[in-house]
Amino acid sequence: MSGVRVLVGTAKGAFILSADGKRDKWKVDGPLFAGWTVYHMKGSTVDTNRIYASQSSDWFGQVIQRSNDGGKSWEQPGGEPAPEFTGQPVGASNKFVYEGEVGTHMWYDGTPHPWEFKRIWHLEPSLTDVDVVFAGAEDAAVFKSNDGALTWKELPSLRAQRGSEWQPGAGGLAVHTILLDPTNPNRIYVAISAAGAFRTDDGGDSWKPINRGLRSKYIPDPDAEIGHCVHRLALHPSRPDVVFMQLHWNVMRTDNAGELWTNISGNLPTDFGFPIEVHPREPETVYVIPIKSDSEHYVHEGKLRVYRSRSGGNDWEPLTNGLPQENCYVNVLRDAMATDSLEESGIYFGTTGGQVYVSPDGGDHWRAIVHDLPRVLSVEVQTLP
Amino acid sequence: MTTHTIRVVLPFHLQTLAKVGSEVTVEVSDPANYDCVIEALEQAYPMLCGTIRDHVTKKRRPLLRYFVCSKDVSHDPADSLLPQAVLNGSEPFIVWGAIAGG
Repeated sequence: MSGVRVLVGTAKGAFILSADGKRDKWKVDGPLFAGWTVYHMKGSTVDTNRIYASQSSDWFGQVIQRSNDGGKSWEQPGGEPAPEFTGQPVGASNKFVYEGEVGTHMWYDGTPHPWEFKRIWHLEPSLTDVDVVFAGAEDAAVFKSNDGALTWKELPSLRAQRGSEWQPGAGGLAVHTILLDPTNPNRIYVAISAAGAFRTDDGGDSWKPINRGLRSKYIPDPDAEIGHCVHRLALHPSRPDVVFMQLHWNVMRTDNAGELWTNISGNLPTDFGFPIEVHPREPETVYVIPIKSDSEHYVHEGKLRVYRSRSGGNDWEPLTNGLPQENCYVNVLRDAMATDSLEESGIYFGTTGGQVYVSPDGGDHWRAIVHDLPRVLSVEVQTLP
Repeated sequence: MTTHTIRVVLPFHLQTLAKVGSEVTVEVSDPANYDCVIEALEQAYPMLCGTIRDHVTKKRRPLLRYFVCSKDVSHDPADSLLPQAVLNGSEPFIVWGAIAGG
């Protein structure tokens, strides 16, 4: 029977949760990289044994880890000792250098601030080449590796999209979402808090903002071309021109690859939230987790509810079976929801309270796989043969 | 050219990354300064590149500290010469994480 591997990044290390296709008995491995912040781990779909992890620390900076055996062992690409003195250290997997003149973006107080690399928020392995991987950085930029994360090169024209006017959100100025179009290897969507959504159709040589239709009342021009705090994007691989978005406030969709967005918040109890996901087999079934805002950032009314729309938005139903419905005040962060692709599709999410939940039936019933992990930052799922 | 065997004490998380114990030794040549120690450390343990000082600017990461002979020398120039006690191995060069409580 096939199975799943759930990759959980937390504020104090990473965990791997494994189960067979029934998804009722779980093995928990970890913490990996104990004490380090793991913003994200993601496995390759080309080779499920290849997993990339972003490990960081305020003290020691960024480290990239790579596994070639499904997470049993890890290495820092380029971290092996040099055979002889070369004058140049070989360690480069954590070397993220902005291309050309670094320039400035806008700081919180409106003054120019030099671009400074802080960490990798998101790793997105190629859909066709196990050694190609994209990385979303804070301060906002996209880096690409063609050698399995040994070396990285920025795709600099993204920052040319009026990057000097980008301003950080409360969590920083970061590329947190990278979506690869499975039908067109040259098309990539990214999202940046708080600059907006962008798309390339030539593999990253050029980018364009795709924010028409977004309306953000927290910026001087609510309909501006850039400056929107996009929290997350999601698409279904069978229809990559249809993209769903959790904006700071409002849930949005586009049917034309971002040329125009429409509001599909409908009957949600609050239209603020972070993650958004599409059912792996039903392109019009979408999941969000409404969060109370603007400053509380915990679930609405003390109830942990996933909302599902089976109609591509506007009509939403709460999914609560197995989730706490009183005295619950956790958040679910933008990279902390994922799906598997088993025949009966599983939905997963992790909370800032350290729980990781699974629904093996598309959201109808939920149970906690683990209760007491550190603050969960990201959840990804690998479906294993 | 005179070379020295320098004892270097690493914080826990860098020990884990480098898969070493709390103390390692590196060889440096005269004139032996703080940067020479870090360069030798990065040569011997490339997985530490970028974790103690920035890849490009070579500046010490802000939340790391260098201690030498019971003194915090973090803010001394990086080309400051190592004291005799470190050169002769009686004292280690200590790389340490700044304390954070809470």
